[in-house]
Amino acid sequence: MVFLEFEKPLESLYEQLENLKEVGEKGDIDVSDKIKELENKIKSERKEIYSSLTGWQKVQLSRHPERPYSLFYIREMFKKFTELHGDRYFKDDKAIVGGLANLDGQTVVVIGHQKGVNTKMRQYRNFGMANPEGYRKALRLMKMAERFDYPVICLIDTPGAFPGLEAEERGQAEAIARNLFEMARLRVPIVCAVIGEGASGGAIGIGLGDRVFMLENTWYSVISPESCSSILWRSWDYKEQAAEALKLTADHMLDFKLIDGIIKEPLGGAHNSPEEMAKTLKKHLKKEVAELMEMTPDERISLRVEKYSRMGQYDTLKKKVAVKSK
Amino acid sequence: MGWFRRLKDGITTKTVNKKDAPDGVWYKCKKCKEASTTKEFKENFYKCPKCNAHARIGSEDYFDLIFDGKYTELFDDLVSKDFLSFTDLKPYDKRLEVAKKKTGLLDAMTVATGKTNKKSLTIAAMDFSFIGGSMGSVVGEKIAKAIDYSIENRTAFMIISKSGGARMMESAFSLMQMAKTSVKLAQLADAKLPYFSFMTDPTTGGVTASFAMLGDINFAEPEALIGFAGPRVIRETIKQDLPEGFQTSEFLLDHGFLDFIVDRKDLKQKIGDLVCYF
Repeated sequence: MVFLEFEKPLESLYEQLENLKEVGEKGDIDVSDKIKELENKIKSERKEIYSSLTGWQKVQLSRHPERPYSLFYIREMFKKFTELHGDRYFKDDKAIVGGLANLDGQTVVVIGHQKGVNTKMRQYRNFGMANPEGYRKALRLMKMAERFDYPVICLIDTPGAFPGLEAEERGQAEAIARNLFEMARLRVPIVCAVIGEGASGGAIGIGLGDRVFMLENTWYSVISPESCSSILWRSWDYKEQAAEALKLTADHMLDFKLIDGIIKEPLGGAHNSPEEMAKTLKKHLKKEVAELMEMTPDERISLRVEKYSRMGQYDTLKKKVAVKSK
Repeated sequence: MGWFRRLKDGITTKTVNKKDAPDGVWYKCKKCKEASTTKEFKENFYKCPKCNAHARIGSEDYFDLIFDGKYTELFDDLVSKDFLSFTDLKPYDKRLEVAKKKTGLLDAMTVATGKTNKKSLTIAAMDFSFIGGSMGSVVGEKIAKAIDYSIENRTAFMIISKSGGARMMESAFSLMQMAKTSVKLAQLADAKLPYFSFMTDPTTGGVTASFAMLGDINFAEPEALIGFAGPRVIRETIKQDLPEGFQTSEFLLDHGFLDFIVDRKDLKQKIGDLVCYF
């Protein structure tokens, strides 16, 4: 078990529990009452810690090493899944996975950022940072979904699009921009869920949709708190403040009407009960897909346009003439 | 002994023949460091008369350059607000105030409509002097409104990009402007109106990764920095020096992301040609 900094009080309780269990196993003394008591204590302690998480703590949770990634959810949620590879131009990006899947009888195209589960795999997945070919693979799959009238599901979990030399050569910016443009008018439903980190252009590159959800302990922002600290505070030490200032939690995002809903996580975060999390996520996705399938493509697209057109906060100067001639 | 020697002793120029050099008469090029007179520099389209380096200019300068004389500014009543009460080393609303005072602008985007080569054109042009030309809600909304205007009045549409990327102080609101502007450009495309994306130094981050790269025709000024990630970030990531000319207009043209590069002196002519095709 990996305990995050703010979970330290839990760690000592867990240690006590282990010791107690050992004593119980050795025989003579009946400690079952004590164990129960301690388990309850852990539960209430956890509830308390988790009821008031700061922005930075949620960022840490979203990066928890045991947190489930896209392929886990895909395997849990779909009866069948056939992974499809390659963008047909250059290569297969390992940081974005995708393919055809069966959602209780409905064929869907599912796409997601993928991080690695151990050191070797993390490198293989490039830490979930996609290159242009990742976004182009995603678009190829979306276009296929459009042709066969299948809904698209996107799972977002990235620390950002990869800032590398070759990524620039092959047009990282163009790849993301093209996806935004095509997703704006894709004629099939698009449902997105942030399952971990939602960092900037790398996230939104597969994140424009009819419905966008965030799991409870995830974040979505224009920049990671660390980079924000380094640019605006000119030091790496203000990541906590940056995380607060950016208002990047699911609660904030819903409050700002920039997402459509929050999906509850099991107590202690998704990693504490990944199967339960997958079930909850599946329930939500199924409901949304079914609702969206009821609409015509034109209805969906016009609602999508309206939704994104509304996003923004600004003032309008109070003056009679808004047009001035030069 | 010195390494040079006067031919004649003393200063021989008469006082009446001395030239005055008040402030602002000279322009020193940032690239070649050569000096030229401001008059020469201005007459040369704000390019260095010696090395042709294009200096950064503002939205109004571009409007004067491109439109046939008169033009009308649109949507100049939109102003940014500090919706998130964002404070880093300075509060965002203070930054806005300073930027407004310094530039005389209300935000980093100005929209105008007029004629070029006798054809209607609506231009949304960015100003780098306003918080690094960063994209916040106002920039996104002005693009959205400009596109609506273009569709309503059947004009061609052009964006002049000059930006460091998204405006961090508006957090996810600035991020969503990438989606918003792309959604609106899709509408423009469906209305079968042309969109010209003109990139100037610098065009980076979320601006490049949304509307700047989505032109029916993408073009740029010479030697402009154009990219997704900034050069510093890339250098830190790959821990190598970047090749010369990396992320310049010429680099993007070579890699197939630009249609052409245009010298500022030919800009009006080029755009005039373009609008006639559509």
